[in-house]
Amino acid sequence: MSEHDDDHHHPRPISPVEARAQALEQLLEEKGLIPPGFIDAVVTAYEKDIGPMNGARVVARAWIDPTYRTRLLADGTAAIAELGFGGPEGNHLRVVENTPAVHNVVVCTLCSCYPWPVLGLPPTWYKSAPYRARMVREPRVLLREMGLALPESVEIRVWDSSAEIRYMVLPERPAGSETLSEEDLAALVTRDAMIGTARL
Amino acid sequence: MDGVHDLGGMDGFGPVEVEANEPTFHHAWERTVFALAAAISVQRLGNTDVFRHAIERMDPAHYLSSPYYEHWLTGMATSMIERGLFDRATLEAKAGGAFPLSRPVRGECPAASPSGPTPRFAVGDAVRVRNLHPPGHTRCPGYVRGQRGVVTRVDGRFHLPDVSAHGGQRCEQFSYNVRFATRDLWGNSSGGPQAVHVDLWESYLDEP
Repeated sequence: MSEHDDDHHHPRPISPVEARAQALEQLLEEKGLIPPGFIDAVVTAYEKDIGPMNGARVVARAWIDPTYRTRLLADGTAAIAELGFGGPEGNHLRVVENTPAVHNVVVCTLCSCYPWPVLGLPPTWYKSAPYRARMVREPRVLLREMGLALPESVEIRVWDSSAEIRYMVLPERPAGSETLSEEDLAALVTRDAMIGTARL
Repeated sequence: MDGVHDLGGMDGFGPVEVEANEPTFHHAWERTVFALAAAISVQRLGNTDVFRHAIERMDPAHYLSSPYYEHWLTGMATSMIERGLFDRATLEAKAGGAFPLSRPVRGECPAASPSGPTPRFAVGDAVRVRNLHPPGHTRCPGYVRGQRGVVTRVDGRFHLPDVSAHGGQRCEQFSYNVRFATRDLWGNSSGGPQAVHVDLWESYLDEP
C-alpha cells in the first residue's frame, strides 16, 4: 500500500490551530477578500525571492564601492532601492556599520520588526521571548552564548526596532577577501551577520 | 498597555534556541496565516497598529505558549470580529471548535497633538522618557520609561501608533532615535561599553 493510499484511509487529524487557520481562510474567501492565487504568490515570493541573499548583495556592493557605502549609510532605503529591493517592512531602512571598535545588533522587543526586503522573514529565534527579553539587557552575554564572543574593548550597540525604522547591520569585510569578486563576496555574507549575532 | 509582548529586559527565559537551516515556514497553516495577513493588508482592513494591539491583548499564557503565527491568527481573527466582518460563532462553527481570541480593548484614543513644524529635540539633546502607562497601544517599551537618554537622530514625522491603534485620525509626530547606556537601564556596569538605541515618538519624551 502506498503512502498516498494510507493517507486516504487514515487521514491525519488536523490540529486545532490548523482548523482555525482553515476556518479564517474559508471565511475570508467566501467574502471575496482573497484574490485567486494570492496565497501561493505571496508565500512563494518570501520562500524563494525575498531573503538574506538580497541583503548580501547590498553588503557586497558597499564593500567594493565606497561611494555606494556612503550613500547606503546616509539613506539606506534609497541605496537599497538602487539594487531593486523594497516593499513591505522596507519603507524606512537604516544600515548600521560594524567597525573594529563598534558592533551592532538588531532586535525588536515589542514584536518582530525586521527588514523584510533585504533579510526576508525573521527566523523563529529572532521572534522568541528569550532573544527579545535578553538582547537589550545583557547583549554581550547573550552574543557570547550565541557563539559571538566580543572583547570588552568593543562597544555593543543594540538597535530596538520600536518605531518605523528597520535596521540592517553592515558587517566588516573579512580579511583576505581583497581579490574576491562582488558575487563571491556576497556569498560570504550570512543572515546572522546582518542581524548582528555573528561576524564574518 | 504593560502587556506580555513588552519583553525587553524580562528575566527567566533561558537560552535562545536556534534551529539550523530553518525553513521560512514550518507548516502549511503558517503559510496560510502569513498570506491572509498580507491579503488583509492589501484590502486595507484595519492597520498595522490595530493588528499589533490585537496581538498584545492575547491572554499572556496563550501568547507565551503559542507559536509566532498563532499570534497573527489570533490577532487577525480578533480584529476582524471587532470590526464586525463576521462573528465568533460563525468562525467557531467553521473551525469545528473553540477559537481563542484576544481580550477586549481597554485603552482609548489618547489626546495627542501632531508635532509642530520643527522638531522639539535635536541630535545631542538629553531627554527623559515620560513615565506613561496607557492601557491601550503604545510603542514605548516599558524598559525605557522614566530613563534618561541622548538623541542620536531625528527621523522625520510618522503617525503615532497610540492614536491609530484606537481609531483616531492620523497624528504625525517626529520620531527620534535615543541612546541609553545599558548600565543606566539595568544597573550593571561590567562587561565593557554597551548601549541600547530605541526609536521613540515625540510625545513619549520630555526634557531631562
